[in-house]
Amino acid sequence: MATPTLDKEDVKPEAGFADSPYITITLRVRRFNPEVSADATWEDFQLEIDPKERVLDALHKVKWDMDGTLTFRRSCAHGICGSDAMRINGKNRLACKTLIKDINPGKPITVEPIKGLTVLKDLVVDMDPFFQAYRDVMPFLVTKGNEPTRERLQSAEDRERFDDTTKCILCAACTSSCPVFWNDGQYFGPAAIVNAHRFIFDSRDEAGEQRLEILNDKDGVWRCRTTFNCTDACPRGIEVTKAIQEVKRALITRRF
Amino acid sequence: MKIHKYDTVIVGAGGAGMRAAIEATKRSRTAVLTKLYPTRSHTGAAQGGMAAALANVEEDNWEWHTFDTIKGGDYLVDQDAAEILAKEAIDAVLDLEKMGLPFNRTPDGTIDQRRFGGHTRNHGEAAVRRSCYAADRTGHMILQTLYQNCVKEGVEFFNEFYVLDQIIVEVDGVKKSAGVVAYELATGEIHIFQAKSVIYASGGTGKFFKVTSNAHTLTGDGQAACYRRGIPLEDMEFFQFHPTGIWRMGILLTEGARGEGGILRNKDGERFMEKYAPVMKDLASRDVVSRSIYTEIREGRGCGPEGDHVYLDLTHLPPEQLDAKLPDITEFARTYLGIEPYTDPIPIQPTAHYAMGGIPTNVEGEVLADNTTVVPGLYAAGEVACVSVHGANRLGTNSLLDINVFGKRAGIAAAEYAAKSDFVELPENAQELVVSQVERLRDATGTERVAELRKELQETMDANVMVFRTEQTIKTAVEKIAELRERYLNVSIQDKGKRFNTDLLEAIELGNLLDLAEVMAQSALARKESRGGHYREDFPNRDDVNFMRHTMAYREVGDDGTETIRLDYKPVVQTRYQPMERKY
Repeated sequence: MATPTLDKEDVKPEAGFADSPYITITLRVRRFNPEVSADATWEDFQLEIDPKERVLDALHKVKWDMDGTLTFRRSCAHGICGSDAMRINGKNRLACKTLIKDINPGKPITVEPIKGLTVLKDLVVDMDPFFQAYRDVMPFLVTKGNEPTRERLQSAEDRERFDDTTKCILCAACTSSCPVFWNDGQYFGPAAIVNAHRFIFDSRDEAGEQRLEILNDKDGVWRCRTTFNCTDACPRGIEVTKAIQEVKRALITRRF
Repeated sequence: MKIHKYDTVIVGAGGAGMRAAIEATKRSRTAVLTKLYPTRSHTGAAQGGMAAALANVEEDNWEWHTFDTIKGGDYLVDQDAAEILAKEAIDAVLDLEKMGLPFNRTPDGTIDQRRFGGHTRNHGEAAVRRSCYAADRTGHMILQTLYQNCVKEGVEFFNEFYVLDQIIVEVDGVKKSAGVVAYELATGEIHIFQAKSVIYASGGTGKFFKVTSNAHTLTGDGQAACYRRGIPLEDMEFFQFHPTGIWRMGILLTEGARGEGGILRNKDGERFMEKYAPVMKDLASRDVVSRSIYTEIREGRGCGPEGDHVYLDLTHLPPEQLDAKLPDITEFARTYLGIEPYTDPIPIQPTAHYAMGGIPTNVEGEVLADNTTVVPGLYAAGEVACVSVHGANRLGTNSLLDINVFGKRAGIAAAEYAAKSDFVELPENAQELVVSQVERLRDATGTERVAELRKELQETMDANVMVFRTEQTIKTAVEKIAELRERYLNVSIQDKGKRFNTDLLEAIELGNLLDLAEVMAQSALARKESRGGHYREDFPNRDDVNFMRHTMAYREVGDDGTETIRLDYKPVVQTRYQPMERKY
């Protein structure tokens, strides 16, 4: 099975929070700025960092102290906003959720933009196709009939049914780890399917059939080759491949 | 340069902005300008819940909620606004549920509720279950649900557009909003958005502190843009320090952790909140808990080799409860500290969290040019605004509520105003200020670096205007900020390009932070009392005779171009609640 991601690096986080000395690391960053050159290049930065800091902290050290032209997106810095998905040592992750000590700082740490979306500058990619695929799956609750005066009732079990897929932060780590998506940008991709799943399996929703038809398209769920890259890449721990399989099964059985 | 024309322009796409957009889009041609993609907004980081007296799990009513909000704000809350907040809370939660928000449920299938700091039964008798929640990711669910509904309604977004200037024009002696000037991140192009109504919903300004729960992007851009154009800023000295930030990092660990039974302990393992708040204990209001933590630390009962933090202890709670109710914050402890919350307590310290102050508005979201005069066409909602429903200290779960109640109100009011109004003619060279600002920074050759100045600003703010303040510490901050403002004139950037120039924008953001830090420090210096989040060790008591009033800070420019801050005051609206001593 072709997989673009490295095997899970099995580094156990150290217990406790005692001070540790700074170490020197090499950050090897993929640079691209069409205002300067049509070619992308690798650039190495050496810096001192506490290994308990994040890759995002390392990028900030470069931007703030060494090279202000280094460009990347970030906001919350703790894995909630989904701005800083990138390929770190060949694997899609959030820079703000990846600690230096967990990715073998003894060797150069490579940082590249996520794949399958056009690179605009350094680590910044064009997110519009990604969000278009999301919008195309009707990612909103559809109900018919009169609205109740109070809340709609939903049992705790029915609520639990789609809990996993509500966690999505639309960071694109999954979609941009998918080999099918790399080869065919028309494919909806895992994130859009996850967000369709979130509504298809919501007991309050009444547009499941429509969403299934959208995903029955030639660029829909059937393109998935079950490589599990998406599940490995998800920084929220969503079982993405399982969600896609559930949508496939719902298409066959028409039960959801 | 491009010129766009919309009825309504909304600045910011967090909870307040998108809640406003859903209403405004139905009623007027609306554009939302956001410096991030909408789902990146910091509403998504809110965890614990949204208050509403649904009474789904125990007796409750909105009058109790109103009282708690006013008491929580140490009586600086405008009571008419608090009543609207608490009353409309119920529909605000039901609206979100109908939009699809996946709340946690009770066994009956209704929305589940849990305890939160300062929310009580019958005016302080005991903690009440008022917070409607979705695990510990309620803000994430609100942000996603509102974005989903914006997609459904076809809201038009301009992503990665930074609003850098507010256009205000005087027509027949009345200051009116004519639109905004924005900078497009992708291209460096300047855009003018002419609009009948403008709503600011651009969030807070927490990045002038070092230890903060706020995102890197929370730099007070909306407050600064309005302030520079003569709009006052209200109650800026009131900033909330959330008791439980991850030690040194500031990442938020929800108060819901204590709502679920978590306990704060000092190095002796003592549940110290019993001393400071005998009834509510760990669920006293945030200002009280944060001060108690620092009192423990100062008196030598802090944890760790440097005694500079305390513990949030969840180890007595069943792992299933942590997994079901607090999955995200327990994961933060594992990811960032390497700690297992099932078995080990989590080191925490107070973290700069929320600006109670901001752009003054009335309850319709209309921005005020002074104590009473509305600026036609200009609105604000959410953390950028000061209604004031939070007074001197916001209760937990009232901010997710605020953005929904006042976001909706501002969206409706702005669109209705646009429907009956004409465009205000743009001044000549409306883009001039932004163009000169951008060009000056791009061409600058000075020796000062943005990151260094920002670091010094954050350090002085943490050291001098945090949980405990004195005249001396505030004056130290004032002097340091003045020095940094001077040095800021000599700042240069390395990225001279037009494409995705975040180097340039960080420089502009620093300018905003410096302006707002100065307002905050000056406002704090003048308030010689202690109230809510503003605690003066040299004036430890609340002084209702002299300071039961809102601060209004105005930027004044002298004939020689020197800038000063003029402080004025605005009365607090009191309806049915007389100020009492605040005890928890």
